[in-house]
This record gives sequence, C-alpha cells and structure tokens, in this order.
Amino acid sequence: MDFGLSEEQQALKISAREFLAGECATAVVRKAMAADDGRAPELEREIAKLGWTGLIVPEKFGGAGLGMLDLAVILEEQGYAAMPGPFLFSSALAADALAHGGSDELKAKWLRAIAEGSAVGTVAIVEAGDSLSPADFAAIAKNDGASARISGVKMFVPYGNAADFIVVAARTGADTTDAALYVVETKSVGVRATELKNLDQTRRVARVEFDGATAVPLSGGAALYSRLLDIGAVAIAADSLGGIERALDMAVDYSKVREQFGKPIGSFQALKHAAAEILSELEPGRALLWYAAYAQDAAPDAASRVASMAKARLCDVFMRGADRAVLMHGGIGFTWEHDIHLWFKRARFNEAYFGSPAYHRECVAQLGGY
Amino acid sequence: MDLNFNHDEDEFRLKVRRFLEQNLATSGLGGGREGREDKAWLDKSKAWQRKLHEAGYVALAWPKEYGGQAMDPIRQSIVNDEMVRANAPYLPGGSGLGMLGPTLISWGTEEQKKRYLPKILTGEEIWCQGYSEPGSGSDLASLRTRAETVGDEFVVNGQKVWTSGAQHADMMFCLVRTDPEAPKHRGISYILIDMHTPGITVRPLVQMTGDRGFNEVFFDNVRVPRKNLVGKLNEGWIVANATLFHERNMLGSATGSAQRFNRLLAIAKKIKRAGRALTEDPVFRQRLVDLEIRVEAMRYHSLRQLTDQIRGKNPGVEGWINKLVGTELNHDLATAAMEALGDYAMLSREDGAALDHGYWPYEWMFSLGLVIGGGTSHIQKNIIAERGLKMPKSR
Repeated sequence: MDFGLSEEQQALKISAREFLAGECATAVVRKAMAADDGRAPELEREIAKLGWTGLIVPEKFGGAGLGMLDLAVILEEQGYAAMPGPFLFSSALAADALAHGGSDELKAKWLRAIAEGSAVGTVAIVEAGDSLSPADFAAIAKNDGASARISGVKMFVPYGNAADFIVVAARTGADTTDAALYVVETKSVGVRATELKNLDQTRRVARVEFDGATAVPLSGGAALYSRLLDIGAVAIAADSLGGIERALDMAVDYSKVREQFGKPIGSFQALKHAAAEILSELEPGRALLWYAAYAQDAAPDAASRVASMAKARLCDVFMRGADRAVLMHGGIGFTWEHDIHLWFKRARFNEAYFGSPAYHRECVAQLGGY
Repeated sequence: MDLNFNHDEDEFRLKVRRFLEQNLATSGLGGGREGREDKAWLDKSKAWQRKLHEAGYVALAWPKEYGGQAMDPIRQSIVNDEMVRANAPYLPGGSGLGMLGPTLISWGTEEQKKRYLPKILTGEEIWCQGYSEPGSGSDLASLRTRAETVGDEFVVNGQKVWTSGAQHADMMFCLVRTDPEAPKHRGISYILIDMHTPGITVRPLVQMTGDRGFNEVFFDNVRVPRKNLVGKLNEGWIVANATLFHERNMLGSATGSAQRFNRLLAIAKKIKRAGRALTEDPVFRQRLVDLEIRVEAMRYHSLRQLTDQIRGKNPGVEGWINKLVGTELNHDLATAAMEALGDYAMLSREDGAALDHGYWPYEWMFSLGLVIGGGTSHIQKNIIAERGLKMPKSR
C-alpha cells in the first residue's frame, strides 16, 4: 500500500508549477484571452518541447507512454495557472480516445502529431439539447465502406475552430441509441465551426456543423465512449483541483496584506473560517482525484464510479471555493483588472463541461446500485 | 501509487479478522457508544482490552521497550479497520492509547514511560484528560487551576470540567497554572495526577443523551509528586499541544464513517414512502451520494497521510483538517439518517418502535458532542487558518 505521488510525479509537479509561474503568468493568459483564437502559441511550443503534449501517447507513436495520474499532475498545474488553449481537450481527451480506439494508421497520423505539437484534436459530444446520453443525439453516422459520413450539429466543442481533427460522438444508425466515436478532419468537406462567446475566456468553444462529413470510426463502440466520459471527468476534476488551490492562495495572500480596522483582514475570523473551509474541502478532494486518476489505468472496475465522484466533488468545491475567494477580496475582486475572476469563470466552465455535479452524482448512484 | 497490501499484510488482516470472529462475542459488549458510564461496562471492556493486548493488537507501533511491538503504522490501520468492520467495542483505555501515550513517548522521562505506558496498553490504568475549566473552554490557555510547588510536591487547587470518563479513571493528564504572573501561555505545566489522591472530588454531569459520560473534577489541596511533571516547568503548553494534535487525529479518524454510511444507505433503501424507497427520492438520492463521496474522499485522505507517515514525511497542511472534517462528516451522516427516519426520529433509543435499533438518535447527539469536544469546529477553523494557512493571529 502506497497512496501518494511517486518521486517522479512529485518532481513533475514542482517543475510544472515553476515552469507555468514563469511562462504562463496571468499576463500571458490575458494575452491569449484577447487573441482571436484564444491561444498562446509560444507557450504551446514550449509545452510540446517539455513532452507534455505526448504525455499519455504511447512511446511507439512518439509520446512518453505515461498514465492518467501523471497527466492529472500536469492538468492540476494548468488549472493552477488558468492555462489557456486546447491542451486538455487535445492531449488528454482526443489522445486517450485515439490511443484506445484508433487504428495504427490513425494513431500514426494523429497521435504522433499531437505529441509533436504539430496538430490539435478536440472532442464533440453534446448537442443543442445539452445531453451526454446517446439517445438524445441527433448526429448519426452512416456507414460508407471503411469510413462513415456524419451529419448533425455539435455544441460546446472546445477549440472547434482551431482543431485539426475532432473526435465526434454519434449514433451508429437512425434506428439505434448505440453510440460510437469517429474521427473527422476539420478541413473535410461538410465541416463548419462557428465560435460561441464563452464566459470563461481562458477557453474557447464552438458550434460545429457536420453535413455528410467523412468520418473514420474508432473501435470500442459504447465502451470507448464511456471511457471518454470518464477520462474527461477526471481531467476536468484535475484542472479544478489546481483552480481551487489558486483561488485559495490568492484569497489568503490578499488577506495578509489588505488592512481594515487597523489590521490585516486575514486576522478576522470571518475570513479565516472561509479560507479554512476551502482548505478542508480541497485536501480530501486531492486524495479522491489521485485515486480517480490512478483507477483509470489500474482499477477498471472502480474507474467509472470514482471518476464521477471526483468530477462531482472537485467541481462543486472549485465553484464554491472560487466564489468565496472572490468575496474575500471585496470590491477589487469584482473588477476586470484583478485576476481572481479568471478562476471564478473557469470554475463555471469546469462545472458544466462533461456533466454537472448532479449528473455525476446520479451516475455514482446508478453504478453503486442505489 | 499502489493500493494493494502485500501478502504478509493480507495474512495479518485475516488473522485479526479471525481473532475478532472467535473472541468478540466473549467480551459481552456491543459496538455502540452508549453505556460507557456503567461500572459493569468498565469491567467488561477492561477485560476485553487485556485480551486484545495479549493477542498483540493494541498500539502496535509503540516502542518495544514499553510493551509495544514497533510495527509499522499499516498494521495498526489494519487492526483499526477490522475492529470497526467487526463492530468491536470502544476500548476503555482510549485516552491513554490515543492521547497520553503518544505524548509521553515524545515528551516523557524514561521513568515516566516505563511507569505508565505498559499499563496503558493492558488497560490496567485508565486515563482522563484535565484540560477544560468552567472559564476556559476555547480559550484553554486562560486556565486557572493552580499548582504551587511545596518541597518536592505540587499542591493543586481548582476545577476541571467536561472530563470524560473521570468516574472510571485512575490517572489524569492535567494542565495547571504554575506561574500566575507570566503571560498566559508561559505559566502552564503538564502534570500527571493519581485520581485516587485525597482532595479529588468527581461529580458526574448528565449529557444531552441522558448518559453520565463526563464530569466536573474538583481539586482541594491535592498533592502531586514533582516527578509527575511532563516537559519543563511552565512550558506545558507545548506538551499540551502535542496531546491536542493526537486528540484531533483520534477524533477525526475516518475509520467508521464508511460503516455509518452503509448503515444509512441500508435504512434509506428500506424506508418507503408513496411506494418509493428513499434512495429513489431524487433529492435524498443526491444527498446520499454527496455524503458517500465525502466519506470516500476522507478514506483516501487517511491513506495518503498513512503513506506520508511510512515515507517519513512530516505532516503538512492536510493534517490540520482531520478533526474538523471527520467529526462534521459523521454528524452530517447521522443528521441525514434522522431526516430519513421521518416521524420515527422523534423516538429515543429506548422505545421499542425505534427504527434501526434506535442507533441514530443517540449517534446524532453524540456526534455533535464530538464536533465540540477537542476544540469546536470554530476553533478548528482558526487553527487551520493560523497554523495551516499562516493567516495572521487575531490576538
């Protein structure tokens, strides 16, 4: 029994924290927020050089071949930095789906490119009806020889404008509720992305229309789709863990320097208790997240349920913690100029994306046989 | 990361489990929190602790020279898990095992360790904690029980309150004021008092549960040998904090929360209203899952701390929250169960119509007592903020 990060993982975490403190300061984040595509190209290049983009890509395809817990460490630090750009959607979600369901040909083409940093992938799941359940998908893939053709409209596709390919969830026929994942190249005929205006400007999302677009099926069917939902839940939970830490750090640091009634406001119990409450939800949440990430590779029977637990808990705690952290700042926290709102809004994105806490609690109940 | 126990540990777990299966019934005790005020409970549970100790299952990590086995903390955690799983009774020597023992191992003289630790293990000597006073609760350092040095003795006068188990105790670890002129934290000493000494009066207090679990203790010219001082004269506050650290971890232990959750889930499945089990009620279902997630998170949080202990890492910020989170969680579990019971929540455990053997009404009250004892949640939050997050002191 050894429940904790390995020495390598601890070292990775420390170096990621240091690297992002320098290369992804909030000035960099704000520059990306103001850019047309919402990205930070220099930062993305550096990250590819560090090997983060290929962290879970098998070595055979140019990656490091590491596991979900290693990736979670990096994602946590990106959440701490409110790192902008498609990393989570490309190097975690699209990469994992390809690694587990892609043919060697697809892997050679896209996984290698993701690892190198020369291509970006993303995932398209929910539609206008905002449901993760395939029964609610209008998007249908029709078999067309070795490939298929997809028609339908997907919503909230992260970096749908910037991606080179999209992993699309679609029903496998007009008269079935079975879903499968397909890879669609965005330069194909019949793919059109329109950017949506996102509240969390550290992320971009698009509406993507598929009109008979050529799609290559991934193997694994419903099981692969289910795995994608679990990996997405863990990835977002990891980002949220970092976000909670940052919101708490900012609020605590501010409370030590801001003075009212002749003393630092951090000496008042109202603020102490608010901060202590965040910390006491954060630390058990960290342990839960570690186990959820570990289980994806090492405990398949527990993986789905604990992924939902982590998503529900960490996203709840991030939203509540960020909300209280803004409050601890007082008036300055409500300004555009102060950085705390970046995490406040990112918490809302994380809470919503890949299933709300209530949705995931229902998953936990069902999987637990309540 | 590896959640598997090794072969020896699995074997050990089975051995503990078998021992409990074969011996638990002979204890004649239940696993509940109630009934601990009785002398009959004390006699039976002392015999049970002796039996457990002889089998090698008490305080396994303590040093060998004082009767321990110097085992790694995993073995202790396996025993703790199995005791909860088997619904084994609370040990009468809990205060000695959980609070004084670890404090003495760090702070006691060689003579004190040799004299006291073995009898804590066997349950031969029962300890109580002399901390709170009528005027000193959350502001513990304002305590006024006075100890004056006369020759090679202290002469103690004053009063302690909320002293759990004082009616059974042979010994008390006690905070006394030895220098009334010094600033409040610098005039306190930590001494060990024989409860059979003349001048001590123990008067029971009735708890909201109806039990006589805690007491007032009065000291009238009680003479205590100087050699019973732990740490240095007037430097008892630091020793007191070592004990508080152990107390927080003992009270906030996540062992047991999972069993309580399972009991809550079982009753929620059984209770049907309008043809639907409570687990199918959309609001209660969400609440149940939220509680289960918090229980699971604390389980992993404990495993993480156990791992850090084995790796030799000093406890970090994560250790400060155990008492706050663990006790609040247990109370939330009991509160949810009380709401599940509906009208049956009105009944005390003595009523034959009470559901689930009347477990929850008592647990609901007792668990709130633990949110208070050992420093209320409000005080815990101050401690977390000031020591964990280094926020400025208000004083």
